[in-house]
Amino acid sequence: MLQLGVAEPMRECEYSQISTRSSTPMETPYKKRTPKKRKWQAFPGRNKFYCNGRIMMARQTGVFYLTLVLILITSGLFFTFDCPFLSVQLTPAIPVIGGVLFVFVLGTLFRTSFSDPGVLPRATPDEAADLERQIDVANGSSSGYRPPPRTKEVVINGQTVKLKYCFTCKIFRPPRASHCSLCDNCVERFDHHCPWVGNCVGKRNYRFFYMFILSLSFLTIFIFAFVITHVILRSHRQGFLNTLKDTPASVLEVVVCFFSVWSIVGLSGFHTYLISSNQTTNEDIKGSWSSKRGKDNYNPYSHGNIFTNCCAALCGPLPPSLIDRRGFVQSDTPQPTPPTNGITMYGSTQSQSHMAAATPLMQSEPVILTDEASLPGRTSLGGPCSGALPLGGQPTPPTSTPNLSCDNGMLPTRNDHSEAHHHMDGVHHHFLTPEEAPSPPGMLPCGSPLGHSHTIQGFYNPASQDSLHEDSVRGLVKLSSV
Amino acid sequence: MATEFHNLQELRHSASLANKVFLQRDYSDGTTCRFQTKFPSELESRIERPLFEDTVKRLNIYYAEAEKMGGQSYLEGCLACATAYLIFLCMETRYEKVLKKIGRYIQEQNEKIYAPRGLLITDPIERGMRVVSFQLLLLLCVCVRERQTKKNKDRDEENNIDRERVNSTHV
Repeated sequence: MLQLGVAEPMRECEYSQISTRSSTPMETPYKKRTPKKRKWQAFPGRNKFYCNGRIMMARQTGVFYLTLVLILITSGLFFTFDCPFLSVQLTPAIPVIGGVLFVFVLGTLFRTSFSDPGVLPRATPDEAADLERQIDVANGSSSGYRPPPRTKEVVINGQTVKLKYCFTCKIFRPPRASHCSLCDNCVERFDHHCPWVGNCVGKRNYRFFYMFILSLSFLTIFIFAFVITHVILRSHRQGFLNTLKDTPASVLEVVVCFFSVWSIVGLSGFHTYLISSNQTTNEDIKGSWSSKRGKDNYNPYSHGNIFTNCCAALCGPLPPSLIDRRGFVQSDTPQPTPPTNGITMYGSTQSQSHMAAATPLMQSEPVILTDEASLPGRTSLGGPCSGALPLGGQPTPPTSTPNLSCDNGMLPTRNDHSEAHHHMDGVHHHFLTPEEAPSPPGMLPCGSPLGHSHTIQGFYNPASQDSLHEDSVRGLVKLSSV
Repeated sequence: MATEFHNLQELRHSASLANKVFLQRDYSDGTTCRFQTKFPSELESRIERPLFEDTVKRLNIYYAEAEKMGGQSYLEGCLACATAYLIFLCMETRYEKVLKKIGRYIQEQNEKIYAPRGLLITDPIERGMRVVSFQLLLLLCVCVRERQTKKNKDRDEENNIDRERVNSTHV
């Protein structure tokens, strides 16, 4: 009897140990209860997904619909009112070419708007903790609240490039990557956030964007030229005023195209220059590789000649998406939890020990509240895409427009550290990191610390967190005892 | 030994409480995908340096092959553009093909070299190409020890029961 009595508690312990190995007792009912989620449903960035994760866009899509409507209406009017006359009088090739251009424009627009621009997925809690540890070791663990400056220097083709640490994504950004404050994602080879296409333009969709603006330039010039031709030909027969009475739509088309041509053709020319020198809009605006910064300053990413640069940008290999939108969330692998009320925090369904490691990091984290009211007004005006389509046409080259929608551009490097200290010392008053803040701190959507703490409580479900924590602690204790 | 490693996926899921060693990206060559070949000190007792370096170098070669800009990739790009990228509905890009090859290579390396040494490599694509993560498996030791303690307990039980029987017979 004694032996059995002794054996029972041992068996109990063994049973718990076995259950820790495969899944904690708390987890199995949890897994059974919740249906499998797709990764896009748990995506931490500020993106909208459609068609079950196949389509990915930025949160603000109003301007994209405007773009679409303008293109559709102008082209529609052209095909309806001008093409019949022109195909009869001149050649039927006109509507055919127009049709091809129109389809190409729409295709590239959709491709640019709906695809993943090259979003870098956020670090798992393990990686974040590991990086944190490395930073502490490298800088000598600093006691007190001032965190050390988080930059890494790397030499690329003879040029020293500074890699910045992204506080939101908890990674050191690869070279040429940037964090888009509107989409709240780090994007590889970040060019700019284009409100006209309703998405960021980055490594994976830059070629589509370029082909969109190029084909749109051709389409605009094409429509403009042939509408003018149409009006002139008709005026010869009927007189100008009668022509206007017969085809009022032509006037509208001419006006739209006239204003578009300057901005879109200008933009195409600018991006042609960028492609040939292998720079991003971000780098050009910051003047990262300009010779004005220093005699030895050159672009380390350029392949040397224009042809290779163009080929690389337009015909190079297309890397696959790193975020796997349509994959299923594995409850075992730690995922950054989706933001509720716009808070970006990390959580995992097991291994609370990792949470414990990551918590010190999180306490100093800025919390981003969704504050859409303050942003939209700026985005439609800002960005290098401004002046692209007829909003009164701003044909000024992008270098002169304030780059509000792109981050990481406006703050000079030497100020970054001081800004970081300033923001971190405050008690969670700021809500965008210095890297992400595209404008002076006064513009940031700030809230009170009270609001911050309320939203955290709203996010956490204390009961489930405690039981999971308890369980994993029990599991750890059992493991260590063996 | 074979039954313990037959399902690497299970091992991976259950190794969540184990330690992980991360190999970061090496950006000295620009934005192309390369991983640092520096041997991490945590793996010193687990795996021999040449094996580790061999694996990482091979991975770097594969990634360089995926991102290589040559005749084939240009042709693919132009063809795709000409077909309005619809061709990718029927065929895979070269990059995706190489990624599959990398996945198979990592699986093979895990089975042959790393799992027997108590390590598991995670494919970098699952970590957004940021790191190559090496999971140090602690639980296998626990497994073996569990079985041993269980065997010992069973043996003791049997001995005690036998002794009792002997005692009772004597009485």
